[in-house]
Amino acid sequence: MTREMTGADMVIQTLKDQGVDTVFGYPGGAVLPIYDAIFQQNDIQHILVRHEQGAVHAAEGYARSTGKPGVVLVTSGPGATNAVTGLTDALLDSIPIIVLTGQVPTFMIGSDAFQEADTVGITRPCTKHNWLVKDTDELSGVLHEAFHVATSGRPGPVLVDIPKDVQFATGTYTIPKPSASHYQPPVKGDLESITELVAALEKAERPVFYTGGGVINSGPAASQLLRELVDATGIPITSTLMGLGAYPASGKHWLGMLGMHGLYEANMAMHGCDLMINIGARFDDRITGVLSSFSPNSTKAHIDIDPSSINKVIRVDIPIVGDVGHVLEDMLKIWKSRGRKTNAEALVSWTRQINEWRKVDCLKFADDKKVIKPQYALSRLEALTKKYDRYITTEVGQHQMWAAQFLNFEDPNRWMTSGGLGTMGYGFPASIGVQMAHPDALVVNVAGEASWLMNMQELGTAAQYKLPVKQFILNNERLGMVRQWQELLHGSRYSQSWSEALPDFVKLAEAFGAKGIICSDPADLDDAIMEMIEHDGPVVFDCLVTKHENCFPMIPSGKAHNEMLLGEADTEGAIQAGGAVLV
Amino acid sequence: MSALHIKKGSTRHSAYNLRPTFSDVQERHTLAVLVENEPGVLARVIGLFSGRGYNIESLTVAEVDHTGHLSRITIVTKGTPQVIEQIKAQLGRIIPVHDVHDLTVEGPAVERELAIFKVAGEGDKRVEALRLADIFRANVVDSTLNSFIFEITGAPDKIDAFADLMRPLGLVEVARTGVAALLRGD
Repeated sequence: MTREMTGADMVIQTLKDQGVDTVFGYPGGAVLPIYDAIFQQNDIQHILVRHEQGAVHAAEGYARSTGKPGVVLVTSGPGATNAVTGLTDALLDSIPIIVLTGQVPTFMIGSDAFQEADTVGITRPCTKHNWLVKDTDELSGVLHEAFHVATSGRPGPVLVDIPKDVQFATGTYTIPKPSASHYQPPVKGDLESITELVAALEKAERPVFYTGGGVINSGPAASQLLRELVDATGIPITSTLMGLGAYPASGKHWLGMLGMHGLYEANMAMHGCDLMINIGARFDDRITGVLSSFSPNSTKAHIDIDPSSINKVIRVDIPIVGDVGHVLEDMLKIWKSRGRKTNAEALVSWTRQINEWRKVDCLKFADDKKVIKPQYALSRLEALTKKYDRYITTEVGQHQMWAAQFLNFEDPNRWMTSGGLGTMGYGFPASIGVQMAHPDALVVNVAGEASWLMNMQELGTAAQYKLPVKQFILNNERLGMVRQWQELLHGSRYSQSWSEALPDFVKLAEAFGAKGIICSDPADLDDAIMEMIEHDGPVVFDCLVTKHENCFPMIPSGKAHNEMLLGEADTEGAIQAGGAVLV
Repeated sequence: MSALHIKKGSTRHSAYNLRPTFSDVQERHTLAVLVENEPGVLARVIGLFSGRGYNIESLTVAEVDHTGHLSRITIVTKGTPQVIEQIKAQLGRIIPVHDVHDLTVEGPAVERELAIFKVAGEGDKRVEALRLADIFRANVVDSTLNSFIFEITGAPDKIDAFADLMRPLGLVEVARTGVAALLRGD
């Protein structure tokens, strides 16, 4: 199909042909023609955010909760530069988003024109790929290619910079076939290597699955195959922050999250295993602890669609490049055809050992009758929301780790958190994107008061579109994780890590036409949470919690998985000079 | 691709042919990267090297296939085997990169560089410079009464050696193209 139309109409037509129903954006001079085209149609809903960073995080929330790419439309110059944090966030967490930016007209590029920035130059290192389109005839081809690149292989953010004259001019609209693109990352894994992995699995005495965001990105079928494989083999499974929900938290073989604030049993299993099967994770530094002592006696297999993830930090013995879903399918097929073997006897004693570790009960905390403990708040949130069709987003810090520890996820795409970049201010706009995609679901953003303030302007967006997002703020009047590190590493000198001059969150919510709730007494908490859930509209919940609570378990910087701190008693001198330079 | 004389089977998906040890030895590798000749592609390649802290010893780039709009970037880099493998895999991730060849692994390869030298001097020094240029098969491409410009091609170490000899004889300026390289045989 080819048709003549303006560049601005091509943008709308491409979005329609790609099945896009929602765009998050903010208008400005260099995108006026596209906004005019948006005005004259009803197929695509535009969500007006209050800051471009919010638009990108909202698109990320939309993408992560649906598996579809998120779309952002912003103007040139500051519109584009404000999108940079969101692009970097999406790059590190491999989230497919398409950001369309306006640009000054082609004949003014390079003249330091009003609101001109070298957008493709600035965003080159924080996108999977980007394009500056200088000819309307090329626009539709590039836009369709942008969707193909964002969603194929390891997903990621892409950006298309469209000068204003290109939006006004008329050109030919074409839909290229995705197969015409030279970018065709292979999805099938090497069968010989998969067989080698199956053989190792059959013999392993202490195997463990270590799964990550790649399972979620591969789609719901991959999570199904993972469940089948885990349940059929009886091999214990842990996951990174990014991969929570791929295997259900209620599953028999679930160890909980691993890593710096992961569960004792998960990290001990990683340290003591003889076969580690990494599925769609990337040996991130939050996971491995000190590399020299990382799981010293294991054979390591790694399934990843991105060849550069393999052997980047940890040398693996069985590398498999491919899409998780495809590889798991082949793996199951091969394992079944070889007679569904496992080293059953050894697995029994491995399970017994793991159950010993579970008895440590590493998430236990000293309850308090007077002040709400953050762990208590989250366990009550879990108990009161788990029966709902629930989606959780988070900001970044202690509350994020406690949420990962205390909330249980039964399905993929239910947990949206900034893992790789650790972007404070992510959760609130992300919750807006999730709610847009799932209007009837219960969407809760677990936040800290400091993170939440970073993008609190989006309360305007939530109010305008009547999005009933619940902002569950664990308010300790501190930058909790910074304060914890200062306590452990810097002699409790709490440099700039308290939240002075906080707003009255209830009044703030009311000023935007939202509901505010404050709660400081553990006895009132359940009722207050129910009030939040039952309110049909955006809620800001100011949950006043213990001010100096540390997040445990913790693998201190420069230490190994088996050197976790389980509580305050372990912290004395836990981090030495070598560890202090690490982040 | 055959018109470019590049062996079939690239080494960009490096996971399978990683050499067995994580050695600390620094290796010098020559990579041939075939890229779509589109705006910004060189910036992507260079940005990858600076952003991830890799070394570039030499870099040359030109369009080699005008109809297919393909450019060939030849990069000489240094690193441990692990870093070299990572560089190739990272290059392979760049969307307009069609192929990555490690000529040091796929080799043997022929490496050539072109350089021009300006040497100024009088009397014996001038005669000696001309004599040495002859030994190195350097051509005189410009001459005044007290200077020469020599043109020389060869492997980078030959050009280094020539530069060392010219220095005491009045070397004024050098311009080098960087390494171009092809695999031997067909």
